[in-house]
This record gives sequence, structure tokens and C-alpha cells, in this order.
Amino acid sequence: MKKFLTLPAVVIVAMLVSNSVHAMTADEIMKKSQAAFLYPGADLKARVMMKLISKGGQERVREMMMLRKNYGEPRSEQKYFMYFFQPADVRNMTFMVYKYPGKDADRWLFVPAINMVRRIAAQDKRSSFVGSDFTYEDISGRNLEDDTHTVVKDEKIGTRDCTVIKSAPKAAEMEYSYKLSWIDKATFLPIKEEYYDKKGELYRVFSADEIKDVKGHPTIMKRLMKNILSGHMTEVSFLKADYNVGIEDSLFTERYLKQPPKRWIE
Amino acid sequence: MAADVSLHGFVQGNYSLNTAGDNPDGKDFKWSEERAQIKLEATAEPFRLFIKGDAFHDNIDKHSMLELREGYADYTSEKWDARVGRQVITWGVGDLLFINDIFPKDYEAFFSGRPMEYLKKGVDGAKVGMYPGFASFEFIAVPYFEPNNYPDPARFWMYDPLSVVTNREVQYPYKDLRKTETALRIYRDVAGFDTSLYYYRGYSRQPSMNLVAPTKLTLFYPELSVYGASLQGRALDGVLSLEAGYYDSRQDRDGTDPMIPNSQTRYLIGYQRQLWEDFTLGLQYYGEYMEDYSAYVQYSPPGFPQEKRLHQLATIRLMQFLLHQTMRLSFFAFYGLSDGDYLLNPEVKYNLTDAVWIAVGGNVFGGGKTWSQFGQFAKDDNVYCQLRYEF
Repeated sequence: MKKFLTLPAVVIVAMLVSNSVHAMTADEIMKKSQAAFLYPGADLKARVMMKLISKGGQERVREMMMLRKNYGEPRSEQKYFMYFFQPADVRNMTFMVYKYPGKDADRWLFVPAINMVRRIAAQDKRSSFVGSDFTYEDISGRNLEDDTHTVVKDEKIGTRDCTVIKSAPKAAEMEYSYKLSWIDKATFLPIKEEYYDKKGELYRVFSADEIKDVKGHPTIMKRLMKNILSGHMTEVSFLKADYNVGIEDSLFTERYLKQPPKRWIE
Repeated sequence: MAADVSLHGFVQGNYSLNTAGDNPDGKDFKWSEERAQIKLEATAEPFRLFIKGDAFHDNIDKHSMLELREGYADYTSEKWDARVGRQVITWGVGDLLFINDIFPKDYEAFFSGRPMEYLKKGVDGAKVGMYPGFASFEFIAVPYFEPNNYPDPARFWMYDPLSVVTNREVQYPYKDLRKTETALRIYRDVAGFDTSLYYYRGYSRQPSMNLVAPTKLTLFYPELSVYGASLQGRALDGVLSLEAGYYDSRQDRDGTDPMIPNSQTRYLIGYQRQLWEDFTLGLQYYGEYMEDYSAYVQYSPPGFPQEKRLHQLATIRLMQFLLHQTMRLSFFAFYGLSDGDYLLNPEVKYNLTDAVWIAVGGNVFGGGKTWSQFGQFAKDDNVYCQLRYEF
């Protein structure tokens, strides 16, 4: 009888505080975070500058236009179109990804020197994006169901109130044993991430260093991924970013991979 | 409307040293040149002009030349587009195996250790693309026939069944506009697979010989049509490729002319997979099945090597990126399952900076018979170096 009475009470309390982050489960926070981080707007056009910086300070630059469009349900299918400006040996190359929830993506690369489009065999989880410290998964998102998420604590980063979430992969295939994410309570963007290896040692750190509002979507304009072990790091800056620019479905086809329309790469 | 103009290009040195002995003409290098390339692009939508021109100095033959690699004008509209001029067209899903890619190749470039882009030659023609939605179409017309380029007999040891006949005349089909080559590709997605159908009507790019007198022969390019299809998609945690084509040898349909290749069915199966970070494995199996084989056997002239009914090849490609993908180790091998011959091509490429890269590799030929596809080059092993500054 006592048990019967307390259950509705718990539900009522949960409903009362449902607007606050504290009431959200770790899974819900991660879902909101992924939506805010990787899916804002109907589409995105961003000119991206990537600096690969070695321990000794040597820099390599990769500059590209990234066009992204969302399809279907929230946090589901996405298509990416990337055009490379720099370095010179990949200039004019284009790269297209069809990303699906829960299974590996389809990828195509266009090599202008021989006018050839070919599919690329790559697995999201273990592939570095253009040699940077970011993996494909870091760029386009990891399947949240592959990890167990738990709320660790609340912590402030700078002026931002964050919830710290621990995400541990359910399968042993990943090179890290768990990841800590500092999720901003206001924007749900990840402000910091720490990756711990199998020995429990910190080896990779992500930080969102500049956040700007673009058409009402808080957007990370500058981010850094640093490999603690190698000393190598990659800094990614959005030189320009815009949402809801009206990217047509037809852009994501072999035709435009071979001849990217000028207006999308300017 | 002001045109948007861009200028890029490179300068490079490219050297390939013999490791298995001298060339037939006694020289030590298969290739030795310095080259500069300019890529000029001007866009004023819906038009675009593109010119890719090379200037080079050949240290072996001691001459300098200009070469127009590509030069074309594009027109683009929503439903269709056109490209007119010298252009490179690449079809098919094979990795260095070509069935429906009937466009000209430069095998001398490939065997001499030149950068991979020089394997493909441009064609002088027009391409029209149409995109009605249910499928995409590429129509191609090439009025000026361009043959494949094979290794220079002064630089490569290779098999020639009529080597004693030195009086040779080449007959090209390009003097007559009625002999325009035509090709069509129709493609679309079918259940997650990139699916293409191909048609070609033109000429074999490999010459056939015709002995017109005991001391004179003509080289000509026999009529050829190709009908084919390909599929490529994600399967078995990797990428699966399938391609097939029927080679209709229109001048020798019954297979009785020993100088013209018989009709053939060609097919390949390829599989590519990432095994660990930055490492990819690619495997291919390829076959050529000769039609009218009994006629071929019956009419083969005595003293000529006899081909098998089924000619099979396997290839392997291993590729590992290192140092944040600035270094690439690769190994590619052809192995003739029918003949036991091979070509091995290991290579290391390193980007010293974002603008400068160097590649060092080798071509090792052997096995099989002295007339086998790769076996005939057994004395042509070479080590090559490519150094390029790109801007």
C-alpha cells in the first residue's frame, strides 16, 4: 500500500523538474547534445580551416567547404559534401558521405586528375579524417546506443555550467575505455571531452574554444583535439558558417561530385 | 559577368632507372624528365573553360615539348550539361583493370613509374550529360581516334612476333568523320549499389598487325563494340565491385582472322576493406573468356604463341598511411593466374610539406613466358622517383 502511494509522487516530482537538466537522464542529455552539436538547422554550409600541428610546431593546413543536410527523423540520416581548397595536391577533390544511424556510412571520393569517382572503404570508428586528430566519428557523430552513459557530476568550465557525463563503449572494439563529456546546460554543446585509454589514462582531449550564435543556433566556431601522448593536435575553425541555405538534394550525386557548383563552394 | 579565373599547377622531376640491365638502345633510364604543368580555369556561369598544359624536357631523347593534357569548355544547366574538347573520361569500377573504360591509356607511363594520372590520356570529343531523375545519362562522341600508348621498343624489351619486319605502316581510323566513336553510360542507384550500363562503338585501342608483304606490315585498329555493366556498393564490411563486358570484335565475328582478337567476355570481382586504422586491403579477380576458341586454334599461324581460352588475373593492393596521412606505403601486384607472370609495384610517398611531395617506388616484372602480358617485360625492372612542387 505504501509503495502504491509513492510511485505517483515520484512521477509528479519528475514532471515538476523536467525542465531542469538534473531531471534528465544521461541518455537524454547526450541525445540533446548530439542534436545541438551535429544536427542544427535543416542544412549547414561551413568553410572549414583545419590545422594539423605537430609536437614540434610544424603546421599542415587542410581547407574545405563542408555542406551538410539532414534527412528524415531528428538525429537520423545526413548527407555531407566536402570540397577541398588546400593543400594543393588535393585541390578540387570532393568527398561525399551518406551517413545512416546505426550502420556504416557510404563514402565516395572524386579524384579530378583522372576524373574518377570511387567508393572508399572506411570504418567510422577507426579512421582519421584527412590525417587529423579527429576521426570520422568525431566529425559526424557516434551512435549513442553503442555506449552506456552516466551522469558523473556538475562542473563549471569558465562561465558555463556543465553536466559531466561518462560514456563507456559497450563493446571492447574502441581504443578508449571511456569518455568524459562536459555538456553545457544552456546550449547542450560539448565544451570539453576527455578520452581515457584501456589503462585508464587520459590520452585525447577535445575543447570547444569559441561558440557563436548563427541564425539562432549556438555553433562551435573553433575547436581543438589534442593527443596527449603524441603531442599532436588539430585545430578546426569555421571561417564562415550558415544554416538553412537551401542545399538541393541533387547536390549529393555523382554529377556534382565531379563538377561542384560554384555557388556552393564560394 | 566577370569571369572567375584561377591558376594552379606544378613543377616536377621524374626519373626511372633500370635495375635489370640496359634498354634495347643501351641507355640506363626508362624515364628522365623535368616537367611543369599549368591548370587554368575560368568560370562565368553557366560556362567554364579549363586548360591543363604541360611543358617538359626529356633527358633521354634530349628534346623539349608542349603537351595539351586537357582543354575543354563546359556548359551546365539544371537538367543537362555538355563538355567539348580534350577531356579525360574514366568509367568502370576496376582498380587498374579496365573493362568498360575503353578510353585511351598510356601503359608506357604506367610501366615507367610516372605519376598515376599519366596512365589516362584525354580524348578529343564531346560529352553530353542528361539528368532526368530516374537515371543519369552520359553520351560521348569522339571524332578523332586516340590509340593506347605502349612502351617504346627503344626503351623496353618486349615480345613482338614479327620483330624481323621493320617496315611498318600505321592506319588510324580518325581521318574519316563517319568513323566517330560513340559511347553511352546510364547510371543510377539500385538498392544501395552504384549501377551503370555501358555501350561503346568504335575501335580497339590496341593495334592488330597485318602482314601485307613478307617485309612489310600494317598496324590497324580493328572495329570493336563493347556492352557492359557494373555494380559497386557496401558489402561484407567493405566495398564490393562487380563489372562485366562483352567485347564484340566486329571485324572478326567468327574468330577466323588470326590477326584480329576474337570476341571476348570480360569480368571482374573486387573487394576493398579497411582492416585497421589507415590500412586498406584491395583484392580483385579478373577474367577474359575468348569466344570462338576452336576457330582461333584452327586459324592460329604456326610459330605464334597460343593464348588460352580463359585468361585470368588477380590483383592485390595494400595501402598504409602513416604520420597523419602525410606518408603512404603502398603495394600493388598483378599476378597472371593463367600464365604465372607478375608485376609488383611497391611505393612510398611522402608529403614533405603541404606543397612538396616525393614518391619512390619500383616496377618488377617476371614469371610466365617471354610473350606473357607482364612476363615479356622481365628485363625492364626499374626504380623510379617522382618529386613535385604543387601550387
